[in-house]
Amino acid sequence: MITLKDVSKIYQTGDVVVAALQGIDLQIEKGEFVAIMGPSGSGKSTTMNILGCLDTLTSGEYVLDGTNVAKASKSELAEVRNRKIGFVFQGFNLLPRTTALENVELPLIYAGVSGRERKKRSLDALESVGLGSRIDHKPKELSGGQQQRVAIARALVTSPSIILADEPTGNLDSRSSEDVMSIFQRLHAQGNTIVLVTHEPDIAQYTRRIVRFRDGKIEADEAVKDPRIAVAQ
Amino acid sequence: MNFLESLRIAMRALIANKVRSLLTMLGIIIGVGAVIAMVGVGSGASASVTSRIQGLGSNLLTVSPGQSSSGGVKGGAGSSNTLTMSDVTKIQQQAQFVKAVAPSAGKSVQVVYDGANTSTTMTGTSQDYPSVRNITMATGRFFSQTDVQTGTRVAVVGPTVVQDLFGSSNVNIVGKTIKLDNVPFLVIGVTASQGSSGFFNADDMIYVPITTAQDRLIGNKYVRQIFLEATSANDMTAAQDEVTTILRRAHGLTGNTPSDFQITNQADILATMQGVTQSLTMLLGGIAAISLIVGGIGIMNIMLVSVTERTREIGIRKAIGAKESDILIQFLIEAVVLSALGGGIGIGLGYGGSLLASKLMSMQATVPPSTAAMAFGFSALIGIVFGVFPAKKASALNPIEALRYE
Repeated sequence: MITLKDVSKIYQTGDVVVAALQGIDLQIEKGEFVAIMGPSGSGKSTTMNILGCLDTLTSGEYVLDGTNVAKASKSELAEVRNRKIGFVFQGFNLLPRTTALENVELPLIYAGVSGRERKKRSLDALESVGLGSRIDHKPKELSGGQQQRVAIARALVTSPSIILADEPTGNLDSRSSEDVMSIFQRLHAQGNTIVLVTHEPDIAQYTRRIVRFRDGKIEADEAVKDPRIAVAQ
Repeated sequence: MNFLESLRIAMRALIANKVRSLLTMLGIIIGVGAVIAMVGVGSGASASVTSRIQGLGSNLLTVSPGQSSSGGVKGGAGSSNTLTMSDVTKIQQQAQFVKAVAPSAGKSVQVVYDGANTSTTMTGTSQDYPSVRNITMATGRFFSQTDVQTGTRVAVVGPTVVQDLFGSSNVNIVGKTIKLDNVPFLVIGVTASQGSSGFFNADDMIYVPITTAQDRLIGNKYVRQIFLEATSANDMTAAQDEVTTILRRAHGLTGNTPSDFQITNQADILATMQGVTQSLTMLLGGIAAISLIVGGIGIMNIMLVSVTERTREIGIRKAIGAKESDILIQFLIEAVVLSALGGGIGIGLGYGGSLLASKLMSMQATVPPSTAAMAFGFSALIGIVFGVFPAKKASALNPIEALRYE
């Protein structure tokens, strides 16, 4: 469960002060499937970075699974990212020259999971995104959609409290996009918490709740009536 | 994350850039190789100088006459005739720190055998000469105390003399009679080859009893040099002092009168020569050590490039949970692996180089394992020292900016 309470984020470069977030209150329950939308500069990426513990807040509280992580040290944040958060990026961000399996194993290496257990869990994760037969392929031998599925497997493998996807379909054609969204919908059905940042209204329609940002504030927060069902090809 | 995983990740990164890794290591390879080769050649040269000086005789002291002086004009050292057989006898009887004494008086002689002739140096000496000067016999025997006392006409010849007379050193000359300046001598032995050391060629030599030499070849009773063997290496100085006292008393010298002889201590020569080779080794080793540091800077340079190139990778690793310490260790290990591997290869090349130098310069170049271990440790240390800065830089990267880096 995620709670943001009166969260502000102020960037200062020289004399220029930018208030990226101004007093955000947001609560996401376990098992929700939320889309964060908004034009560029609205604060949605900043929110994403804060939720992902990549960035710290200027003021306010961020409670993740009952712990206030606003005051955590860098090293504690790294541990929270490792244990509780799974990232899926627009540009896939897989390590080049490294096989799909090894990419998926990476978070487990940092978590200190030993060899055999690590491999078993990574194989399961790749299986669950339908890439069980391509574990030895390197990123450039995979299509965009397949790369993104490896990235999802990597996000899943640590059984995180929350999966954060930043424009996960931004680099994909519509067919691959629907593939990826079908995986997210299945993960949601299995009880995972998923937060997805997108500027495509179509994609947001696959989720269950849409939070709209504008000028560093939440403009609207509403449930999706009649969500679309993604069909895997 | 455990060390083994870090090592695996580092090795993977190095293997991904094989040529670059090899070129980066080259600085360390050359540096360590040079250090090892220099030390090897230096210690080899030192050992060869030591063995040559020791080949002249172990724990050797040489007494030479002082300068001659006629009407205030001084001659060179060894030009006066102040040493006699009675000095030799006194040293033999009185000196405690002297194990053996061998006088020598020599001249250049013409050797004739059956129509063949050559010119060489005749040394008149006593039966103790072989032990004092480390001379061993190839065939036959050296002359005995009786030969010296009775002044028999027997000669021991060096292999070069045999070679010069017969055109081959394999001829058995023992039992034959040769003429030295027209005086017939019975050859009773041939010395084993010692090899030449500088100006002194122990193989091109004929030894005869000193009494015979003085009576029949030289024509006076003076002794040119007295060779002494001290009882042990530690007694060299004591023996020198003792012999000085004995000879000064024998020559009736008191108070501040300068000695009319001089004693050369082999240990002094040895120490001087070793000092020279050691300074040279230090100098060359120092230059090599500088090239090691330059190699370290090369590693730092490439590691900095590598950190910039892999900014995105660092961002990904941080996003999925790598701590700053994980990233730091990963890059540090890369630097250390580069430098340690370079050090290892350098040690191999250095050993090869010093072996080659041994072959080419006919000496025994030895590299003590402690030097190799030190060179290896030092190169690993260089990896740590020059790897810390790039590794710090990598670990301090902001993950958000690193992920956006193109």
